[in-house]
Amino acid sequence: MTLTAGVDMGSTATKAVVLLDGRIAGTDARPTGSDPEQAGELALKTALDAASARIDDVERVVSTGYGRRTLGLADEAINEINANARGAVWLGSSLGRVRTIIDIGGQDSKVIALDPDGVIRDFAMNDKCAAGTGKFLEVIAQLLEVKVEDLGSLSAQSSRPAAIASTCVVFAQSEVVGLIARKVPRPDIVAGIHRAIASRVVNMARRVGVEPVVVFDGGPAKNEGLRAALEAELGLQVFVPARPQLVVALGAALVAADMVGGGGEEVG
Amino acid sequence: MTKEEPLVAGVDLGSTYTKAAVLARDRIAGTGIRPTVVDLDAAAGGALGDALAEAGVARGALDMVVSTGYGRRAVGVAAHNVDEIYAKATAAKWLGSPWGPVRTVIDIGGQDSKVLRLDEEGALDKFSMNTKCAAGTGRFLEVMARALGVPLEQLGEIGLRSKAPVELSSTCIVMAESEVISLIAERRPVEDIVAGIHRSVADRVGNMAKQLGVLEVVFFDGGPARNAGIKAALERVLGVQLYVPKNPQVSAAIGAALVARDAVRYGRLPDGRLARGAEVASPADALEGPGAGARPEEGDGA
Repeated sequence: MTLTAGVDMGSTATKAVVLLDGRIAGTDARPTGSDPEQAGELALKTALDAASARIDDVERVVSTGYGRRTLGLADEAINEINANARGAVWLGSSLGRVRTIIDIGGQDSKVIALDPDGVIRDFAMNDKCAAGTGKFLEVIAQLLEVKVEDLGSLSAQSSRPAAIASTCVVFAQSEVVGLIARKVPRPDIVAGIHRAIASRVVNMARRVGVEPVVVFDGGPAKNEGLRAALEAELGLQVFVPARPQLVVALGAALVAADMVGGGGEEVG
Repeated sequence: MTKEEPLVAGVDLGSTYTKAAVLARDRIAGTGIRPTVVDLDAAAGGALGDALAEAGVARGALDMVVSTGYGRRAVGVAAHNVDEIYAKATAAKWLGSPWGPVRTVIDIGGQDSKVLRLDEEGALDKFSMNTKCAAGTGRFLEVMARALGVPLEQLGEIGLRSKAPVELSSTCIVMAESEVISLIAERRPVEDIVAGIHRSVADRVGNMAKQLGVLEVVFFDGGPARNAGIKAALERVLGVQLYVPKNPQVSAAIGAALVARDAVRYGRLPDGRLARGAEVASPADALEGPGAGARPEEGDGA
């Protein structure tokens, strides 16, 4: 029996995955809040509870994400590019060779290009500008007084996505206030925002080169409208794993299993 | 219509504030500043009314009004409009500085920032502007003042009290705002946070200025130029002293008034066309975004 765990300490959410003999046995995701270590410990404990396991049974804990160094329980900390690649390749292997990963996080976005054998060839990252990140969705959802989770279904009702001229989130906020004042339907505003984010992220993706299979992960990948906008902008189908926000934590748990030589290799 | 001593006004309809200046006998006789509201023409009318009242002049006595700024086409009372790069350059040349001719203009607006270089004669030589990103604009200060719960006008003096400015790692406003909120939670002194905010804006604008090349005298303009903390931070980044005019917010309006003055005096607009009903063609019109503006064709009439 090989029991490992991965904890992804993100800027916005903290995620944990417990892996038992190459299968996902327990997971958790929670807001990071002001105490990342506590969030990491709680996420790990909750995921272990779901797996009916105890912390003492875990052979190795690997942390990742921007707060990875704060988790004292972790045996090892790895960067999230590697963790993301490991998780996405594992989840996407049933579709063929994963060559591109588009990850939109709460406050950053990344594109990872992989060789046919799954080795990282190149990557691009934006953590300087909130445009093209989950923060953009958050700000607009707040402005429109809707839940972030509802943005996807809202945009599905759009027939004429609004044009958003601003790249900057702050300027786009003013622009959206103007659109609301002009009574532009909310679904069209949301669809316009999805397009703006997609165009920003795809520009970055083109710099490293995009080849199928494309995996789209990170919390905002749950948003169907954003996924559709990405597909339209790329002209390619995009695969979103079942729980896209857990991919990086899963990758960390898989790397932990690799370290102890315990069977994360086969397709789950 | 030509006249030696025209009575004219300029209106600068900016993204955040609308400014007006009345020019009589080649002197600034009155100015007005109003927040830009949804009804742009009303904002223009309000600011112009204030400037006229200060000048003691009736609206009907004006020979001409010229507008500038991102909403310049919405100013019904204006006979002509001119882009704000040209208006700023014209005003900087005319206002001058106690230290000699102005060669560089740094302008931080409510939602953009610009750097202009003037040649030895004071004519616009080149410029660069940022209208795409709210970092390095007045908006950054506005958002941070709100996050800190400090009135915008007090940021300057608060920041100057700091001995150990914080270093903000984020350039983006949205991310810097989260950073500032964490710094407040960590109980970092407000003055250190404010000074860090000033440095962030100064770094951003200072880099743009350095890329264009800074020649002295440097004229520092726009509403945020009233903030002594920003001025000090920018002086530190650039290693030169900045000259802030008396009314930094209204200089584009003054520039527009000067265009009106010359149009009345010589019957010509800056692009050389006859002054009556015609618009001053500006390549800036093709640009998007608030405050879009570019260098007009140099005219032979002014």
